[in-house]
Amino acid sequence: MELRTLTDAFGPSGYENPVRALIRKAAEKRCDDVSVDRMGNLICRKPGRDRTKPAVAVAAHMDEIGFIITGYTDDGLLRFRPIGGIDPRVVVSKWLSIGEEGLPGVIGAPPIHLQSAEERGQVLGFNKLYIDIGAKDQKEAEGLAPLGSYAVFDTPYMEFGEGFVAAKALDDRIGCFNLLKLLEEEYDSDLICVFVTQEEVGLRGSQTAAFALEAEIAVVLEGTAANDLGDVEERFHVCTPGEGVCVSFMDRASIADRELFRAMLELAKAQGIPAQVKRGITGGNDAASFQRSGRGMRTVVLSVPCRYIHSANNVAKWSDIRAQADLARAFLKSL
Amino acid sequence: MLRDTLKTLLAAYGPTGSEHAVAEAVKGLLEGHVDSMRTDNMGNLIVEKFGTDPEGRRIMFSAHMDHIGLVVTHIEKEGFLRVSNVGGISPAYAWRRKVVFENGVPGVCVVEPGPKGGGQPGLEHLFIDIGAQSREEAEKLVQIGDIAVYAPDFIPLGKHRIAAPAMDDRCACALLVEMLLYAEDQKNTVVGVFSTQEEVGLRGAGVAAFNIQPDVGLALDVTAWGDTPEVKYPAVKLGEGPAVKIMDRSMIASPKVRDALFEAARAAGVQVQREVLAFGGTDGGAIQQSRGGVPTGTLSIPCRYVHSAVETIDMRDMEGALKVLLQFIDLV
Repeated sequence: MELRTLTDAFGPSGYENPVRALIRKAAEKRCDDVSVDRMGNLICRKPGRDRTKPAVAVAAHMDEIGFIITGYTDDGLLRFRPIGGIDPRVVVSKWLSIGEEGLPGVIGAPPIHLQSAEERGQVLGFNKLYIDIGAKDQKEAEGLAPLGSYAVFDTPYMEFGEGFVAAKALDDRIGCFNLLKLLEEEYDSDLICVFVTQEEVGLRGSQTAAFALEAEIAVVLEGTAANDLGDVEERFHVCTPGEGVCVSFMDRASIADRELFRAMLELAKAQGIPAQVKRGITGGNDAASFQRSGRGMRTVVLSVPCRYIHSANNVAKWSDIRAQADLARAFLKSL
Repeated sequence: MLRDTLKTLLAAYGPTGSEHAVAEAVKGLLEGHVDSMRTDNMGNLIVEKFGTDPEGRRIMFSAHMDHIGLVVTHIEKEGFLRVSNVGGISPAYAWRRKVVFENGVPGVCVVEPGPKGGGQPGLEHLFIDIGAQSREEAEKLVQIGDIAVYAPDFIPLGKHRIAAPAMDDRCACALLVEMLLYAEDQKNTVVGVFSTQEEVGLRGAGVAAFNIQPDVGLALDVTAWGDTPEVKYPAVKLGEGPAVKIMDRSMIASPKVRDALFEAARAAGVQVQREVLAFGGTDGGAIQQSRGGVPTGTLSIPCRYVHSAVETIDMRDMEGALKVLLQFIDLV
């Protein structure tokens, strides 16, 4: 499956059905045991050739950040709230796609001419913004976008510069893309690929998925903020696009299993796979759930550096995306 | 001896997430004296001493091996190390302290320049000087992701007290080791958990409790002090006995376990204090909410200057706690 197909798909947290359907179709061609649990996690089990080896779970989350419709104005504009962590400064005048059918809407704000000097210095919060869907009144708006409808950024996938890709939802459709690639091959260890729901609202899907798995090791494929540009001092850079897949020693939600962290770096070095150590400890991801649900697993996170993460345009580099798949595959084969 | 065990355990390197060396030290002390030892996926060391009663209960005692540290996130051109916190380590406390990495490389913590406009220095003002003159030289000694801890120390203060880094929670590890050594012919089975990653949110103990499925849980940890010139709260004093926790932010102690501790103290003839802490938490919080719930309490060792390089306890409280614990095993 192409990365573009995955990033274009609609799948905000709690409404992952469209992206899950796509992934399921592709996964079923590569794996005989595909199931969906009650939280909507898609679980693909691929038995290994050697039953004495420890089972490994590899996970990526299907959901993306988005918005949910919470009300209307008399003149037919939509009130909304974010799903997941979104900076209100990055949303004004962006196109959105509302609902699975993709009703277009644009996030509106008063134009600069009509703002007071004081207003220009302020950030408009989500309570001051609205979505314009071209409806003439509340009734029409309600019919087109019923209360509770979801919306996501409507950004076309684009490649630019030297090997860069820009799209919505690179966090974490990149992980889904690579996880499907891993399913194409055979391994000695049992492989359990987990396509997770509701990561962006607090690692929710992974908690039930992890609880029900009988794996010893979990590898989480993620996208992570790069913070490498502009006036940011070098010491605050988290990682650098183009320098390979990130291996994390810790973040705010989990600390990597030290042996797995070292093993990944050594493996990357030995096989010439570009890799870097993630230098910041911000953020958190599904590794926390896998590490600590039920009996606990040894965990490690492999992330692709993403600029402008949690916005309409995430930017990543293809060489890093490939490195993530290469290192995960090399790890599975090393067991 | 409690004091020797404490000294041994205080010397081990063991920041949160890298507790391996502490686990090895504990194993060395317990080898041949217990019925089983194993390590789970979170690195918790789980030690059992079986009870004589086949119908007896399984009691989980938890003491965490990890302590706070500073993780390297960036190496400056000039060879200085920039860091983030692993657990609740304060720059004001770390300032001018000697630290050490797992491979033995020493360093000193510096906060420079003072934060503009006064105020408390943040972690972004702190760096570690390991004497390297360039990034290249530093990288030969230390890598990004390596963790520095306060250099081990053992400072006897007066007749009964000892100050050291990592007293939180190695003093409880020492207590648990001694309890496992001394427990004999007890009816109930003692499951000693030397837990990991307490300082970042009781992470290890939750997994251990799930794996063990104990009938009763008891966390052993330090608690804050209220007996220095400017600190009067909580109402806990060094030297007046171990403290039975009533509640903290992670747990309201299960009444039966709490009361069994009071009873054990009476039986042992040990004076105990009552502890209510408006902040902090212990492994008890994670154990209590495991699976369908586990009746759980906490026995605390009063400790001054918690999360500094001079965490100070009174050995009389430790000795009292050991007596209480040995009674508690069959009382609960």
